[in-house]
Amino acid sequence: MAVDEVKLLGFWGSPFALRVEWALRLKGIEYEYVEEDLSNKSLMLLQYNPWYKKVPVLVHNGKPIVESLVIIEYIDETWKNHPLLPEDPFERATSRFWAKFVDDKFVPLIIKMSSSTREQKDKVAEEAREILKTLESCLNLNKPFYGGKIIGFMDIAVAWIGIWAPMLEKIIDVKLLNEEYMPLLNTWFSDVLEVLVIKECVPPLDELLAHYKDYYDRFMATKA
Amino acid sequence: MGGSETVLLDFWPSMFGMRVRIALAEKGVEYEYKEQDLANKSSLLLEMNPIHKKIPVLIHNGKPVLESGIIVQYIDETWKDKSPLMPSDPYVRAQARFWADYVDKKVYDASKKIWMLKGEEQETAKKEFIEILKVLEGQIGEKPYFMGESFGYADIALVPFYCWFYTYETLGNFSIEKECPKLIAWAKRCMQKDSVSKTLPDSHKLYEAFLEMKKKFGL
Repeated sequence: MAVDEVKLLGFWGSPFALRVEWALRLKGIEYEYVEEDLSNKSLMLLQYNPWYKKVPVLVHNGKPIVESLVIIEYIDETWKNHPLLPEDPFERATSRFWAKFVDDKFVPLIIKMSSSTREQKDKVAEEAREILKTLESCLNLNKPFYGGKIIGFMDIAVAWIGIWAPMLEKIIDVKLLNEEYMPLLNTWFSDVLEVLVIKECVPPLDELLAHYKDYYDRFMATKA
Repeated sequence: MGGSETVLLDFWPSMFGMRVRIALAEKGVEYEYKEQDLANKSSLLLEMNPIHKKIPVLIHNGKPVLESGIIVQYIDETWKDKSPLMPSDPYVRAQARFWADYVDKKVYDASKKIWMLKGEEQETAKKEFIEILKVLEGQIGEKPYFMGESFGYADIALVPFYCWFYTYETLGNFSIEKECPKLIAWAKRCMQKDSVSKTLPDSHKLYEAFLEMKKKFGL
């Protein structure tokens, strides 16, 4: 049997690379992780992703796949063990919808918040909380993981919020996750992040905090 | 199986709605088409898509499916017995998803700038738009369709913009065919399929309607 060569070009501080790693690890796929210096992108990265020049990039037997959700679906279709997407077409559409919802709506707000003045940030945080409340509305009380008791596509697409939101709350001094009116969301994220394979593969939180704080402080200095 | 089990909430000039109509036509699915007044959204639309309040919405067996790309995949996975829209190989399928996503991320916003901006800004917008089309044209290359011999998901993502080209060209005063002849050749090839030619409205009719909308909504 031919040996699969799987390489992941990533950045330790990227939630998008992280969720691809979660997908690989849930399926028990062996891979080589290549850390990219985003301030000095490798020739390999630029060749494999000339359109966006971003991580993550999965390289399977020399062939590149880019865009984290596209990568996760590719992983799911290529390695059939521990299926990530449900079988039913309607449930698949629903999982895809919520993953896209978070990427399209929540991510730009986080970026906006990280580059907002002190006056603007609270307003942006309010919008971000509304998005999270909408996300909360999709959770079913009886399913600890979205879609059932087995961790899947939607869980790994979205659970990075459970790491990044509390960190941003500290750095930017805003409120994002609120246990009082987003109880299901908080429980969902912590349940996903407790899964051993996921827990083992999380960036060192103090370093992540320092990294983002540094970026934010430098930005705020330009605004002073 | 009656047509009332499948309902499409749509707006005839929408490229995103057209994607769904093409997919349904490819599969020969009978459905009820419900034209939506976007200035006065129906209670059905608001009930079925409370989050985005947008078309297209496919209602199948009473349940809503949202987002055009997701709807097309749903259609492909539900009506499996004819005209597969996704390639069978996972790697090629990933490429199809990537290119459809690229169209989503780039084409619509770039096209909007052409008719919203004037002067220097419009010139920049036109250049940006053509660059994006050239990337897509390069991807199709010498192949009949995006992924090879079969018309599919990535083609469906882009081809509805073809009927809008006349509007962009007229408002921007430029020729897309001159810049991207191979892309136009690809579009005309797609138009040879009934599912596409019967779905895409006439370009001139669309342009007239667009001018009306512009006036009405003060765009």
